[in-house]
Amino acid sequence: MDQSSSIPVLEFDHVSLSFDEKPVLTDISFQVEQGGTLMLLGVAGTGKSVLLKLTLGLLKPDAGKIKLEGQDVVPLPESELQPIRKHIGMVFQEGALFDSLTVYENVAYPLREARETVEATIEKRVREVLGFVEMEQAIDKLPSELSGGMRRRVSIARAISNRPSMMLYDSPTAGLDPITAHTITVLIAKLRDMERVSSVVVTHRLQDGYVLSNFIYAPGPQALVAASTHGATDHTPATRFLVLRDGGIYFQGTGQELADKADPYLHKFLI
Amino acid sequence: MINGWVDDLLKRRVLAVQEFSGLVFNSLRAAFSPPRYFTDTLIQMDIIGFGSLPIVLLTGFFTGAVLALQTYRTLGTFGEVGLLGQAVSLSVVRELGPVLTALMVTGRNSSGIASELGSMLVSEQVDAMRALGTDPMRKLVTPRMYATLITLPLLTILSDFFGLMGGYFVSYYTAHLSTAQYWTSAYQALDVQDVFQGLIKPVFFSIIVAGIGCYFGLRTTGGTEGVGRSTTQAVVAASVLILVFDFFITKFLIGIKFT
Repeated sequence: MDQSSSIPVLEFDHVSLSFDEKPVLTDISFQVEQGGTLMLLGVAGTGKSVLLKLTLGLLKPDAGKIKLEGQDVVPLPESELQPIRKHIGMVFQEGALFDSLTVYENVAYPLREARETVEATIEKRVREVLGFVEMEQAIDKLPSELSGGMRRRVSIARAISNRPSMMLYDSPTAGLDPITAHTITVLIAKLRDMERVSSVVVTHRLQDGYVLSNFIYAPGPQALVAASTHGATDHTPATRFLVLRDGGIYFQGTGQELADKADPYLHKFLI
Repeated sequence: MINGWVDDLLKRRVLAVQEFSGLVFNSLRAAFSPPRYFTDTLIQMDIIGFGSLPIVLLTGFFTGAVLALQTYRTLGTFGEVGLLGQAVSLSVVRELGPVLTALMVTGRNSSGIASELGSMLVSEQVDAMRALGTDPMRKLVTPRMYATLITLPLLTILSDFFGLMGGYFVSYYTAHLSTAQYWTSAYQALDVQDVFQGLIKPVFFSIIVAGIGCYFGLRTTGGTEGVGRSTTQAVVAASVLILVFDFFITKFLIGIKFT
């Protein structure tokens, strides 16, 4: 355990990628520590989603190394990537739920893929994770019957049902009203603080980042409490910020450093 | 400049053939190693096989019937109406049964497969599947390939039978042949070569029907409009390929002699 905590769960080492000779990402390097959170900011088209797909091996970089728990996944063939992907939960932008399957079957999917055959075990876990995202009432519905926010929550439930060690969120709050967006942010904090899951969150709402770096999850009606008042800062893994611009890293650091930086481009995110 | 353009076009065509062959080969090979998706294959067999049954039987019946009507006039001029059974059974079993069944299933299922996979692709469900550690080839393509491979020959057999029935009704009511006369002539006309030809064709056609559907579905780009485009392309390409391959398979099989 001690040994694994010293290795970053995710490491990008000078990663570059081009589509048809048009550079999408150039020389990206960063690390995510065990239990840590990385907030990935940037305007549309700066390669944020591409970066998540690279992490999963859905795309291959032209150069550089991508290490998951110390193992370079770039040279691995598809068949060897599949078992690795089962330990990573990914929440797609629009949820990407299987629209021909019910909520129950969607959430059960990763368990069935992991060769779990006892239906009682599957049902117990499905109810457990749907309870976690507070969506148990929708268990027999089809994705088309759900609202955008509910679909995201089911998508999170599907991603965590097989107990991943890392979560990737692709714009989990995009296109949602502020209240629904907040409930999604609370869920991300809940996963981080209760299940100790490392996460990479792509967002264009800086607000989400501030909530995640300054508040921790506490069971109860309030859901989030200020991290500083609870003295939790010492054992809460750091939230780091990464700002992409034109496919390169524009800023990397903590939330405080981001707020202190007087830079016109970064300033646009603050308002 | 024209040279470059032709070059480019040819390269793209060759690449498409290569990709299609790869898809067919890999999806068929995937069944020989785990993980296998039996439930999905059964569901697809129900959709593709059982679902196509009504239109296939109707097509078969009326093709046989109209064939009897048309040949009845021709045979009548030679005074050989008694050969009606033979004329219907040879055309239906060797040619019309397999080809029309494949064309009907293409219209129904190549389009269905292409639009389903295309929609899944543009709504990121295929990526989600990969992210959850599933190989879309095994989960989506292989079940559809095998489901078609199993059901199309069976559909063809039923369609052939209904074609003969259609021919029989016309022979009985219009040409006033006796039941025995029609069926004896129909049955005796067929030899191993004819039946073999009629049953080997659907095997090739099923690869075209399912393979083309999956191929165009999985290379969909450009959102909802792209899904529509893939669907159209799949039906057109599969129909044309079925007719072209039918010619070459027939040409090849006619050369083979059965004792």
